[in-house]
Amino acid sequence: MYKYDVYDHQIVNERVAQYRDQVRRRLSDELTEDEFRPLRLQNGLYMQIHAYMLRIAVPYGMVSSAQMRMFAHIARKYDRGYGHFTTRQNLQFNWIKLEETPDILADLATVEMHGIQTSGNCIRNITSDEYAGVAADEIIDPRPYAEILRQWSTFHPEFAFLPRKFKIAINGAAEDRAAIAVHDIGLSVLKNEQGEIGFRVLVGGGTARTPIIASEICGFLPWQHVLTYIESIMRVYNQYGRRDNMYKSRIKILVKAVGIEEFRRQVEADWADIKNGPGTLTVEELNRVAAYFTAPAYEKLPANDPGVASYKTENKAFANWLQRNVKPHKIPGYAVVVLSLKRTGVAPGDASAEQMDVVADLADRFSFGELRVTHKQNLVLADVKQSDLVSLWKESAEHGMASPNIGLLTDIICCPGADFCTLAFARSIPLAKMIAERFDNLDFLHDIGEIELNMSGCVNACGHNHVGHIGVIGVDKKDGGEWYQVSVGGAQGNDAAIGKIIGPSFNFQQMPEVIDRLLQVYMRERLEEELFIDTARRIGMTPFKEYVYATPINAEDAVDKNAYGFINKPDNYTVQRKSRF
Amino acid sequence: MIIKNKAVVSDDWIVLRLSENETPESVTVPAGKIIVPLKVWQAQRAKLQSRAELGVWLASNERPEELKGEVDKFNVIAVDFPKFADGRGYSIAYNLRARLGYVGELRAIGDVLRDQLFYMQRVGFDAFAPRPDKNIHDALKGLTDFSETYQTSSDQKLPLFRRVKRDGIATVGSVHE
Repeated sequence: MYKYDVYDHQIVNERVAQYRDQVRRRLSDELTEDEFRPLRLQNGLYMQIHAYMLRIAVPYGMVSSAQMRMFAHIARKYDRGYGHFTTRQNLQFNWIKLEETPDILADLATVEMHGIQTSGNCIRNITSDEYAGVAADEIIDPRPYAEILRQWSTFHPEFAFLPRKFKIAINGAAEDRAAIAVHDIGLSVLKNEQGEIGFRVLVGGGTARTPIIASEICGFLPWQHVLTYIESIMRVYNQYGRRDNMYKSRIKILVKAVGIEEFRRQVEADWADIKNGPGTLTVEELNRVAAYFTAPAYEKLPANDPGVASYKTENKAFANWLQRNVKPHKIPGYAVVVLSLKRTGVAPGDASAEQMDVVADLADRFSFGELRVTHKQNLVLADVKQSDLVSLWKESAEHGMASPNIGLLTDIICCPGADFCTLAFARSIPLAKMIAERFDNLDFLHDIGEIELNMSGCVNACGHNHVGHIGVIGVDKKDGGEWYQVSVGGAQGNDAAIGKIIGPSFNFQQMPEVIDRLLQVYMRERLEEELFIDTARRIGMTPFKEYVYATPINAEDAVDKNAYGFINKPDNYTVQRKSRF
Repeated sequence: MIIKNKAVVSDDWIVLRLSENETPESVTVPAGKIIVPLKVWQAQRAKLQSRAELGVWLASNERPEELKGEVDKFNVIAVDFPKFADGRGYSIAYNLRARLGYVGELRAIGDVLRDQLFYMQRVGFDAFAPRPDKNIHDALKGLTDFSETYQTSSDQKLPLFRRVKRDGIATVGSVHE
């Protein structure tokens, strides 16, 4: 993976010094909270319900074992011994003291990490395919471009105070695993008929209040032009994006308002001046960065390890794990392993300091010292020898990271929700736990098969609910209660779609039964081997809607309320919506 | 006092802001060194263009192209930041320098604070009027927060990768031809 040179180190170290002085000025009241807020946000520091939350950038999800050990250190020294991996491949610590944040960032800088632009109305951490470099369907490894874009966007002077946050995702494989259609800019690296490398550029996708699938602004952009072309998109957006209403200020609203043709015309007009200018990417720089992403020293191995095959027949649990958590690798004899952070009873995406240390060791021993964070909030060891799979399974199972549920109902994508976040209308983590416990039967889960259940605590949709096969979102009914809207038929990837809302919202206690009824409709209607999403597409939303609302769902006694109490919160919960951020 | 060319200097330009009952056509522009709103310049061009010293300022929702072909008529062009989170002024400055060829004093006015100065300087501002309740000598420090930058802008025509030899790791052959 990429290693900082002297310039990268210098820029990040100067950032730490700048931020340390900003914190000093805040603590001495030279800066008001209003003045300090955008400064801390652009270093990833949010004020949450209980404490500050620090979001650390994991560029395109790649993390080394040394970096993972630093996460464990920070969890122990500055937090409560755990961290939360997010849907944007980042890591969040939830119990942070403002006074200690400069030291945390200084610690991170020693392992080439930071919280730069993980919040605020700027270009955020760029996300990519968690299987980049090892996926069999990869056309071009997107990571060199992601790193080049990371550097270009870092402290871009013109685009630090955009109308709203700005997210770029980049994919380089046949299958889109980076959800590029629901990003402000989605890039897909490809080759044209002449074999030249370039990008398909999408713009104006997004979720939240106005879910929209992105439009194509350029079908093939030669790779040399990626920085200047994006600069022009940013400049048009910075000048013309709405700033009067934060819910209408994302680029998707601008693109929708003027239409993609007019938006393209404006971008191309701006670009005409800088195309082929000095901002154009050079072969030398691309090669310099790409050299960090070349294949590790793979051994020559048989395509299938006989040990795995025989152990599989004698151990059902291992066979289940192999089926769900191990993915094919492009090199014979190797495998991609997903370590599940979705153990029943634990908040999706949470990892303890001990688990972080364990996965760092596993990465060193089994996967060339590298890990990836997935947008589904799991961890990946991308280069595991098949002959190591049994050992890896045993050790990861000992530490609660071998739940054989990748891609299944309990592999829930989930935002932090009202337990932590001031924006949320409703809790998401306890709901995820309640659903996971209700359906904690492996045979049932495997029978249901691949399905994506995505949950968010509010319209900001950090849990990607709109593109979940089943989407759940906390809604505001002004009565202080927790209400959830349910959608069916959303999808990410090549056939990205926004789910359709099935009807009026449900309360917390009703939700497991709602999910149960949706699954019953699927099991009743499915054709042989048909996945939930395919059934949903074929039969439409109506059968689901009719069955879910056919008979009343008990709103009180369905579950023991006390079993799903607030995390670290007193009894008698009411939704506390404080000021934003 | 303002910051100009990386130093705190005295300054006697006055920024004219219209009050609610004034219109660009009817407002009386006082004598002396006045920075007038774009709309006043456009409404009273005939009267104003004979002045020996004149400045103009753009609001964040105004377009720099409105000054196309006229930028040389001003001793100073200012861009107003109604609040520091309004980032349109950065693109206005970039366009004034890169597209309209303005080479004179470009001044940031309004909600101008120390921690924006580094970015403002990069997009082409060379003068800054920090908010009066802030210590201007403290604000000056904002210009030197970083000693290196990655990307091009008005202050730096070459990106880092074209300017310096960056360290890499040795590889066999090239990844792209």
